[in-house]
Amino acid sequence: MKIRFDHDTIAAISTPLGEGGLAVIRVSGDDAVAVVDRVFAPGGKVKPGFLGSVASHTVHYGYIHNRQGERVDEVLVTVMLAPRTFTREDTVEISCHGGIVSAQRVLEAVLGAGARLAEPGEFTKRAFLNGRIDLAQAEAVIDLIRAKTEASQAVALTNLRGGLSERVRRIREAIVEVLTYLEASIDFPEDEIPPLEQDLDQLLTWARSEVAALIETARTGRIYREGLATVILGRPNVGKSSLLNALLGEERAIVTQIPGTTRDILEEQINLRGLPLRIIDTAGIRATTDEVERIGVTRSIEAIERADIILFLVDYSSGLTPEDWEVAATLPVGRTILVANKADLPSGSGFGDLVERFGEPVLISAKEHTGLDELKDRILEKASVIKVDRTETVLVTNLRHLEALRQACESLENAHQAFVGGMPADLITIDLHAAVAYLGEITGDTASADVIDRIFANFCIGK
Amino acid sequence: MGFAQSYDVVVIGAGHAGCEAAVATAKMGLRTLLLTLSLDNVGLMPCNPSIGGAAKGQLVREIDALGGVMGIGVDQNYIQIRMLNTSKGPAVHALRAQVDKIAYMRWMKRLLEATPNLDLKQGVATKILTQGERVVGVRLKTEIDIAAQAVIVATGTYLRGLVHYGLVHYSSGPQGQHPSVELAHSLLELGFELQRFKTGTPPRIHGDTVNYSKTTEMPGEELRRGFSFRAPLPQRRQVSCWLTWTTQETHEIIRRNLDKAPMYTGEITGIGPRYCPSLEAKVYEFPDKPSHQIFIEPEGLDTREMYLAGFSTSLPEDIQIEMIRTVPGLENVKIMRPGYAIEYDALNPLDLKPNLETKAIRGLFCAGQINGTSGYEEAAAQGLMAGINAALMIKGAEPLVLKRSQAYIGVLIDDLVTKGTREPYRLLTAKAEYRLLLRQDNADLRLTELGHQIGLISDTEYAAFLRKKESIDKLLAKLRAETIQPSPAVNEKLAGFGQAPLQRAVSAEVFLRRPEINLSLLSEFVELETEEIDPEVAEQVELQVKYSGYIERQQEQVERFLKLEAKKIPPDLQYESLHGLSSEAREKLARVRPESLGQAARISGVSPADINYLAIILEQRRRGKA
Repeated sequence: MKIRFDHDTIAAISTPLGEGGLAVIRVSGDDAVAVVDRVFAPGGKVKPGFLGSVASHTVHYGYIHNRQGERVDEVLVTVMLAPRTFTREDTVEISCHGGIVSAQRVLEAVLGAGARLAEPGEFTKRAFLNGRIDLAQAEAVIDLIRAKTEASQAVALTNLRGGLSERVRRIREAIVEVLTYLEASIDFPEDEIPPLEQDLDQLLTWARSEVAALIETARTGRIYREGLATVILGRPNVGKSSLLNALLGEERAIVTQIPGTTRDILEEQINLRGLPLRIIDTAGIRATTDEVERIGVTRSIEAIERADIILFLVDYSSGLTPEDWEVAATLPVGRTILVANKADLPSGSGFGDLVERFGEPVLISAKEHTGLDELKDRILEKASVIKVDRTETVLVTNLRHLEALRQACESLENAHQAFVGGMPADLITIDLHAAVAYLGEITGDTASADVIDRIFANFCIGK
Repeated sequence: MGFAQSYDVVVIGAGHAGCEAAVATAKMGLRTLLLTLSLDNVGLMPCNPSIGGAAKGQLVREIDALGGVMGIGVDQNYIQIRMLNTSKGPAVHALRAQVDKIAYMRWMKRLLEATPNLDLKQGVATKILTQGERVVGVRLKTEIDIAAQAVIVATGTYLRGLVHYGLVHYSSGPQGQHPSVELAHSLLELGFELQRFKTGTPPRIHGDTVNYSKTTEMPGEELRRGFSFRAPLPQRRQVSCWLTWTTQETHEIIRRNLDKAPMYTGEITGIGPRYCPSLEAKVYEFPDKPSHQIFIEPEGLDTREMYLAGFSTSLPEDIQIEMIRTVPGLENVKIMRPGYAIEYDALNPLDLKPNLETKAIRGLFCAGQINGTSGYEEAAAQGLMAGINAALMIKGAEPLVLKRSQAYIGVLIDDLVTKGTREPYRLLTAKAEYRLLLRQDNADLRLTELGHQIGLISDTEYAAFLRKKESIDKLLAKLRAETIQPSPAVNEKLAGFGQAPLQRAVSAEVFLRRPEINLSLLSEFVELETEEIDPEVAEQVELQVKYSGYIERQQEQVERFLKLEAKKIPPDLQYESLHGLSSEAREKLARVRPESLGQAARISGVSPADINYLAIILEQRRRGKA
């Protein structure tokens, strides 16, 4: 495990995990302001450098977006410059919507922008080392760090579920093997080092795709934890609320209604044959006047971006309207299921081109509760198409592991590029060693001694 | 105690460590006595006749950059020189030379004789004299006591040396020299822990009895620069080495006679180096390998004696000749000296501080194989640092401790005093975290400033160094200032290399980063006055520009590393009372007594939680005192 003890910028959720109304993500360190600035759009507009220009101890409204540029949450950001902060370092606190989901996503965005996940007790440790907490509190700090570090180590070990450590070890092992060969040929240029059995290009491609697959399971894991974001979309009065109620009526709602503080979208969770679904009903957008309706459309577009699956609801009895076509134009083909409500009534004019785009509609009657099983089948089918594979074990659930995997993936990419670009062995090893260290953070293995021992075990060295 | 003579520094042993140490203290103005068991063996290479190679070549360049003598000695006495690893990247280029052993010893002896403040003397040290926890001198076998403020022990493999030829063994130093027995007892009396190591050497054969037509010739290269930055490499007559292979027959003889191999009969208990195994060990450990390479290396120009690299053995002499004669080209060979194994005492280097002074006794320094290392270069590097630090101690100045990010010498000594060693330690480039920064080509840029500060680099040498440094800076600045336009001429050139054309104007520096572009090519498009540029300046600039991305990344890592190194741990910290530490960490920290949190973190068994805890304790103490 790597020892970290420096003034790089750290971040963590600093409010207790749970369903509080608000969560706070604290970012501390020399680059705290710059890091948050990269993901913060004040008032919804991207303004690079904005946070760097604001006064200390001021609060700013806006949005956090992730590295794909998607909005993650609506937040208040407090900028506090050193030394009048808890850690006596530059600190930014992001208040976002409560609950694990929002807070985790904001944290992920901040980590993606250059902060690293704080070690247990690290804010308190820094506060002490920077002279903020007085001497009397030192013992308590020690206990805290000791307990938290041990607990997290214990947790880290037991957290390696379902063969994660096995898979990480296998990848790490393969890279160490390559390193052993490269290092042996560097340090013993006149000894006979047999050629590497595997093609380095292939091996690096394999290792990277393995790490990427593990990262992918984290996404699957998130869907299992948070639910598959499923949006019901459609023009007014097509029966969106009835469909939601119909789905809820049959499935037990496991979480009650969570009204967002500023957005009028209803979220409900249901459990669909083991797959949690987070159903977002845009019916919550009250479309009473034209003005509000426009806002409603904007919000629906946001909902589409965030959705894993979209249930596009049309009226079977009345046929398609211009409004339906307008909505249809905004929908991604791969994630959309066409649902025709009111199938208990006589058919309207048919669905024309929509069938080509989205496939045959699922005919339901929200009122009569018919066709719901078929709809569920289609949802599960869609979920497997977008790789929510229910048979694959979710391996990565820990943000720390996810970060290590992302870093390892980046190192492997660099090593691969260096190799393809014809860089010499001594440069390729730099990124390979980094990858081994990151993977070792997950399994708790350390690297360099390994490689040297293996050189002697594997190769007959020595003049 | 009545002292017959008095010096500032006494160095015991005139091998590669002792010579560097003595020259350093003398040049730093201290009256120095260098004691050797035999004046005919000053700077002896008891094993292979070569210096340099991976990591070791870097060490010699660093020794030279600091003002040590080994680099110049090799450059003056090489009989073959090559740059190894040229295809594996700039960080690991490794200079290696075959050296005329006899000429090297003569050269070294003359140098020692000519060094002001230095007395070279034959004599056997038998006792380290101390007063309380301070060294005060040494006693000779002739019962003469010599006073000294600092004593540097550089006894190599002589401490209680025991040589093995098959099942025959007797007390001896290497190559028939006297062992040093009393001194080992003196160290034990002072409370030092001694461990038993083993090393070995191959037979030497008569070169005229080799049938070279059955071997492969390995000639040298013509190089401009040798190990020393301070003088150009004299162009000397080079001789070849020769490569041949063991056969199944050789291996069969070894297998048949393993009961006569002291390594396998349990006769030898000392731990040998894994990177330098005997031939019997190679055959035993890698039974599937059909043959092993054997290099025939000349020991010098004035002798026909040849060293058989790869053939290290301690089997009985009659078996050795039987084995050798199964090797192509060696069918009629005559052995001039049989191979043997030697066991010797080494200190546990955890008893040393990073300045190579013992923790227990002020003024007592140790360097070289006695510290558990192997290799002439590792020994010389420690000798130089022990000499420098003994002198600095006497002058009341701060010690000079090189960091792992600064030099291979730093990696070597930090490994020894932080991790200890349970086998003869050899430096590898794989042990350096910041390999790309510790290149052999930039050792002067890393260390010559320091060498000048402590007085080992002369003003003239320093002025030459500054001129080189200035040329590098000027050329780099010029590259940043000059612009390359996407002209048809430029893009035609790029197309010739199969590269994408230039879209818009870039700085010459950015242009130079492209593969296949070098300074001489660049000078076709920009006025660089390359004719006047020293090739070494050009090399330095090209490396710095081409690998800048990697270099910057390593430099960032170094900055983080240095922060932890800067957190000093007071020497009087009582680890026993720190119950927040794991018991393993407590024990190891108390043994090593690290000087910084960074060093503490490198001790195996000390966890991140222990380091965090220590950080808190240190802050607590700091405020307690404030």
